Amino acid sequence: MVPTNYYVILSAILFGLGVFAFIFKRNIITIFMSIELMLNAVNLAFVAFSQALGKLDGQVFVLFVIVVAAAEAAVGLGIIILIARNRQTLNVERVDLLKL
Amino acid sequence: MPAHPILEYLWIVPLLPLLGSAVNGLFGAKWPNKIVNWVAIGSTGLSFLGALEAVREFFDYFAQNHETFHKAFFTWIAAGNFRADFDLQMDQLTVVMVLVVTGVGWLIHIYATAYMAHEGGYYRFFSYLNLFMFFMLILVLAANYVLLFVGWEGVGLSSYLLIGFYFLKKSASDAGKKAFIVNRIGDFGFMLGMFLLFRNFGTLDFVQLFAKADPSAFEPLWKFGALTVAALLLFMGACGKSAQLPLYVWLPDAMEGPTPVSALIHAATMVTAGVYVVARSHILFAHSETAMLAVAIVGCATAFFAATIGLVQTDIKRVLAYSTVSQLGYMFLACGVGAFSAGIFHLMTHAFFKALLFLAAGSVIHAMGGEQDMNRMGGLSKKIRWTYVMMLTATLAIAGFPPFAGFFSKDSILLSAFQNEYGGRNVGYTLYAFGLATALLTAFYMFRLIFLTFHGKQRYDEHQVHVHESPNNMLVPLMILAVLSTVGGWFAAPAFLPGGTDYFTKFLQPVFGGLEVAGTEVEAHSLEIWLAGVAFMIALIGAVVAYWLYLKRPEKTNGLAKSLKPAYATLLNKYYVDELYAVVVVRPLLWISTNVLWKVTDVVGIDGAVNGIARGTTAIGDGVRHTQSGNTRSYAVWVVVGAIVVIAIIFFWPSGGKPFLGMVH
Repeated sequence: MVPTNYYVILSAILFGLGVFAFIFKRNIITIFMSIELMLNAVNLAFVAFSQALGKLDGQVFVLFVIVVAAAEAAVGLGIIILIARNRQTLNVERVDLLKL
Repeated sequence: MPAHPILEYLWIVPLLPLLGSAVNGLFGAKWPNKIVNWVAIGSTGLSFLGALEAVREFFDYFAQNHETFHKAFFTWIAAGNFRADFDLQMDQLTVVMVLVVTGVGWLIHIYATAYMAHEGGYYRFFSYLNLFMFFMLILVLAANYVLLFVGWEGVGLSSYLLIGFYFLKKSASDAGKKAFIVNRIGDFGFMLGMFLLFRNFGTLDFVQLFAKADPSAFEPLWKFGALTVAALLLFMGACGKSAQLPLYVWLPDAMEGPTPVSALIHAATMVTAGVYVVARSHILFAHSETAMLAVAIVGCATAFFAATIGLVQTDIKRVLAYSTVSQLGYMFLACGVGAFSAGIFHLMTHAFFKALLFLAAGSVIHAMGGEQDMNRMGGLSKKIRWTYVMMLTATLAIAGFPPFAGFFSKDSILLSAFQNEYGGRNVGYTLYAFGLATALLTAFYMFRLIFLTFHGKQRYDEHQVHVHESPNNMLVPLMILAVLSTVGGWFAAPAFLPGGTDYFTKFLQPVFGGLEVAGTEVEAHSLEIWLAGVAFMIALIGAVVAYWLYLKRPEKTNGLAKSLKPAYATLLNKYYVDELYAVVVVRPLLWISTNVLWKVTDVVGIDGAVNGIARGTTAIGDGVRHTQSGNTRSYAVWVVVGAIVVIAIIFFWPSGGKPFLGMVH
């Protein structure tokens, strides 16, 4: 059986990659994907702890996260399509209308 | 049907004027004068009838129970062991006050309907006047100090509103403010007195408080026990309200108000509230020699002091104003020598004749088309004969000529002063001497007023002033008051007959205790006749001197004024008391207000704090707005940094082994 800390380390690496991409990528689609990556890294940690502690709480939580992520994807992709139509670009640096 | 319907619902008596005030104040602006009259006179008239019925029922009640009528209506304030209820009470003292207030008040309302007929703000005037009646009735009917204080402050408010009735006139609005502020000084003492009484006796209800205070030990001269201090503090309040030294300065200025106001508030009723409070608290005062002496000396000094100023004033209302201050001094003198019933007796007769004097003076002013300076009157007796007769009646009453009312009340005060036991006999003789001197001055300045106004040469331009007698609405109240000024003192008349008693004192006996003139009945009786003779002679001398100076040899007055120039100037300028107060109190206060309170506390402190907070907020916003760059990725960085900070806090917060916010085990 794979020890729990392996899962946790993998989860941390995935999360770190997600954060890194979230900050440094310019393409909105990529940023969106990095958010998904972070969510799934957390899901992995939840499942791993759930397995280690022998409780179902973590797995229940994962199901909720998946539901929320699906909703978020629907809304987020809608926004992205609107941005792409209006500004003819997917570069976040060009989306700065709220600048003071 | 209860046995005593009005007594059981005593609140109706004060409520009626309040209703009148509210109706006129809210709806009167658009009404013609006639409807305003009906509301104002109707409400006070009904209140007077209610008071009469209440008094009749009280006598019935008293005959059965031999005690003060006391009725609790509702709890007003209850905090800890402190209680102030809306309780009204009625005893013989209240009977006198309630009848004077509603009766004289009603007459003056009727008079005012004619006097004010051509003034703007007609409804406003009657609304205020009714409001005054309400508060005055609360004051005299209250069964505890707190409720009394409500009335006390309320009459001060009405007084302020009515003095400043012509508020576009600077002197009138200033006079209103002066009255209010000077009264506030007295009220400060009154409140401290209440606090002290509550601390010592745990109640402010008259019946309970006096029952608890009565067994206390007598406090001789210079011993400042609780009762002495409380009595002195209450007396301070009385000094403010009743215009005694050194707080009398507001009353002469209060003459800026319309004349009916001067008559009702600043002569007949409100200013006597101080005397009423001292008489009501007579148990406290009687336990302290110091307080009694203070009351007697202040009263006597004020009586004399104000009378001297009255000698030289030329404004007809100002003469009467100083005369009011002087007569109030008499009332306090009576209270101070233990003759509370004599003080209340003088309060009642004074209400009659001083209201009459003011209303008659108002009638003169009305006839002269607004002129108040006696130097521009003269020879009016033939033109306004009725007014003249009324004025003469009141003058004879105030100067103390028998058989008019003032003679009896003044005589009983002087007799009590003569027999005074507080502070030794010599104090009593001194008080008596000054009282007698005041009587002389009173007779002089009142007859001076009569001669200057009604006799001698005509000193006004007949083409400009159309002298005319006042309408009946004004004359009828004058006549009723003239009758009262004549017969009002006859309660005490039997005291001059062998074996007779003073019925007024006897009437108030349940309130003030035993008859003051007891024991040496026969000796006192002959003494009374002697003193009355002396007082009568003194009044006669005053009148004759005035006659000689102002009618026989009017040219002498100028010479006399010249030869006594310093004294004359001092009196004409009212002993420079207003100027003294301006230098000692008003200017330093203004200076502090301007330079400290305004320019430092307000501008630097309060404005500085408010503006500083506003400026600080702007500055912070100015700095922070740069974080909103519009760059989505920088927001992403902030989100990550925030998450890291939260995680760092959760892990590294020095929580002393306890879980931080219960998150980490």
